Amino acid sequence: MTRLTRRYRFSASHRLHAPELSEQANRELYGKCNNPFGHGHNYLAEISVTGTPDPHSGLLVRVPALDELVERTVLRDLEHCDLNRSLVNVVPTSENVAAEIVRRLEAAWPAEFPKLAGVRLWETKRNRFELRHEEQ
Amino acid sequence: MLITRRVEFSASHVCANPALSEAQNRALYGVGANPHGHGHNYVLEVTLAGDPDPVTGMVFDLRELKEILQREVVEPMDHRFLNREVAPFDKVVPTTENIAAEIWRRLEPNFGGSTRLSNVRLYETEDLFVDYAEEAA
Repeated sequence: MTRLTRRYRFSASHRLHAPELSEQANRELYGKCNNPFGHGHNYLAEISVTGTPDPHSGLLVRVPALDELVERTVLRDLEHCDLNRSLVNVVPTSENVAAEIVRRLEAAWPAEFPKLAGVRLWETKRNRFELRHEEQ
Repeated sequence: MLITRRVEFSASHVCANPALSEAQNRALYGVGANPHGHGHNYVLEVTLAGDPDPVTGMVFDLRELKEILQREVVEPMDHRFLNREVAPFDKVVPTTENIAAEIWRRLEPNFGGSTRLSNVRLYETEDLFVDYAEEAA
């Protein structure tokens, strides 16, 4: 089994606020993350692919092609953006951001690419959120 | 239980397949195909799986693991031009994928009994790494 992982970084702001809940309930649930003016993080996304490298090239995937896909489908909409606007109808918790990254990648995933193995999103150095492809 | 040891080595390489034209290699490998080579500070994480010995409390003697990594990987590869000085990369393109698989092949015979090689992770840069593991026979 060969798995290749590439790290991408983006900085973005968000506010955690569930519209179904009261102001008081939101404050209790999300604490400082419910600050009405929002706040931000330096996110780190680790995107993994798995499969068998091409026997002639020795490559599992052309990394510049993976970079281009991630830039076009993920980073362009998230880098230095307000995640409450980048994500529609969903609270931009890192759980939901990770799931959104997987959805965006899957929607544009080229047929010749190896399998998407997973996405791991670090919100800070202390919090990480991981989605394996099978869990989608 | 899994135990992991990390070592580093620095080496140069060219990613180009001699069966392809220069233009094809450029399209496939980008700047990695520059004919005079380039280098990386590789970081290798080797993970072993096993149960702690009831007497020693160790899955594997980390000092011995350090010696194995030094002998099988660091001594032959550190400060070398992989394509010219380290087999099989005179014939096999030294992509991160292929180097990780070669490191597995070099390390795997060193472990037996209750301890087995579980994973080889090779970082070419901080932002690009490959995990390689073969299923237990």
